[in-house]
Amino acid sequence: MANDKSSMQLVANGILKENPIFRLALSMCPAVGISTTVMNGFMLGVAVLFVQVCSSLTISTVKNFIHPRIRIPTYTLTIATWVTVIDMVLAAYMPEAYSKMGIFVKLIVAFAIITMRLEMFACKEPVGASFWDGLGMGMGFMIGMMTIGLVRELLGSGTILGYDVLGFKPLLFFILPSAGFFVVGLMMAFFNYIEIFYKRQKGFKS
Amino acid sequence: MNLARIRLVSLLALLCAFIPGLVHAQELISKQSFGEKNEIILKFSIEVNKAQAADINNYSVIEEQDPDIRLELASAVPNYAGDGVSLHFKGPLNTTKTHIVTVKNLSGDTVSVVKVSKPYLGYLFSILISALLINNFVFTKYLGLCVFFGTSKRKSTAKGMGVVFTMVMVVSALMSWFFFNFILIPYNLNFLQIVVFIGLVSLTVQAVDTILRKVNPILFNSFGVYLVLVIANCVIIAVPLMMANNKFNIFETFMLALGAGGGFLLALYLMSSVSERMQLAKIPPTFKGLPIAFIVAGQFALAFLGFSGLQIF
Repeated sequence: MANDKSSMQLVANGILKENPIFRLALSMCPAVGISTTVMNGFMLGVAVLFVQVCSSLTISTVKNFIHPRIRIPTYTLTIATWVTVIDMVLAAYMPEAYSKMGIFVKLIVAFAIITMRLEMFACKEPVGASFWDGLGMGMGFMIGMMTIGLVRELLGSGTILGYDVLGFKPLLFFILPSAGFFVVGLMMAFFNYIEIFYKRQKGFKS
Repeated sequence: MNLARIRLVSLLALLCAFIPGLVHAQELISKQSFGEKNEIILKFSIEVNKAQAADINNYSVIEEQDPDIRLELASAVPNYAGDGVSLHFKGPLNTTKTHIVTVKNLSGDTVSVVKVSKPYLGYLFSILISALLINNFVFTKYLGLCVFFGTSKRKSTAKGMGVVFTMVMVVSALMSWFFFNFILIPYNLNFLQIVVFIGLVSLTVQAVDTILRKVNPILFNSFGVYLVLVIANCVIIAVPLMMANNKFNIFETFMLALGAGGGFLLALYLMSSVSERMQLAKIPPTFKGLPIAFIVAGQFALAFLGFSGLQIF
């Protein structure tokens, strides 16, 4: 492997250090739109993971044949092909979950995170490293979506994965669509707070 | 002179296109319209027997899309002069659909059939208002957030960006409509939707990029990288996808694209006004940047919830 990072480091990088939702702040639309339950977040996360891994593999396999001036249209068409695949698979095998996600499965084609990873990573690195990077990014996205879904489902309807945990409905506000903005904003602020807190502690020690 | 003539001709053409939808020539029934929530009002050209007119078995009402389901009538009340009747239904009517009313036994053996629908222009306008306010693409559908948070720092950029977005949306939606109706449907290539639409959108964006570079270099420079991001934007690709889902005709597609673009412009302008104020405010360090922008957007979304019951036509 040309890259000095190991495969596990690449995956961890996608999940923690460069988490697509909380760190890079890319592909916010689905994070706000359909993360009302953990299950919704998981389903869309799986779809994105599939598209990210497959298009990373495709691009890094054929990267030597792509003329640099038409690379962006090539990425777009590759992503569109894989999105069509997952769109038809989900519509055929999981019609119920598919109808819940609505138009967002088709909109994966326009997610900035996938194009960005292809541009920054897959068109330079070998196939193996691209696979692990795509896996990490997809996992990071999935975990981010599920975390937001967890908060909104727990606070909104008092359940986790459909099981009643609290026994009552704390705040109906959180399953209202507009609460997505508040939850994402507050969680970002929370991560910022942790970062500032650690930096301050380090400052005290040295 | 020439321009005025072109305008006149296009106006006439538009009128000719709409008149057949507005006028129904019928012998017995001269006028028909929706009344209250579960009411259809019919006006007759001759005076009819009141006892006959009050018999609900003389009427049958269906929706044009589902001819098998006969809507249940609660009562038929003839008016005082005897030249009209108002039909009351058991359930509320879906007034956006066209209803077909069949009347028999009122004047001899003739059976007359009329279509009851809202004025077509009003329906088009309701699509526009719905995309603009009720289902605002940013605040109630959560589309295009990357560009929304990226370019809503200054008012001037926000306005320019909104206008460019509207143009791109209208052009690409109309192009997609032609491709969808004349190529994808006749050849059964429906599964290629996503690939074709994203190709058309990136083509339009490339054209706008080239034109803007020549026509207005200042605006072009202020956009920076975000013009490229327009390709990878869900707002623009969502319009053709919704058009394909709902099987809109060309006027409806145009109105949807215009409403979506206008809604995006509105959202960008509102957000940029707030962020200009926020630069002067004291914000806690943990909330600086994106978190506070998200919370402001959430408050806008709450405000836009108030439009949800709006119905003009």
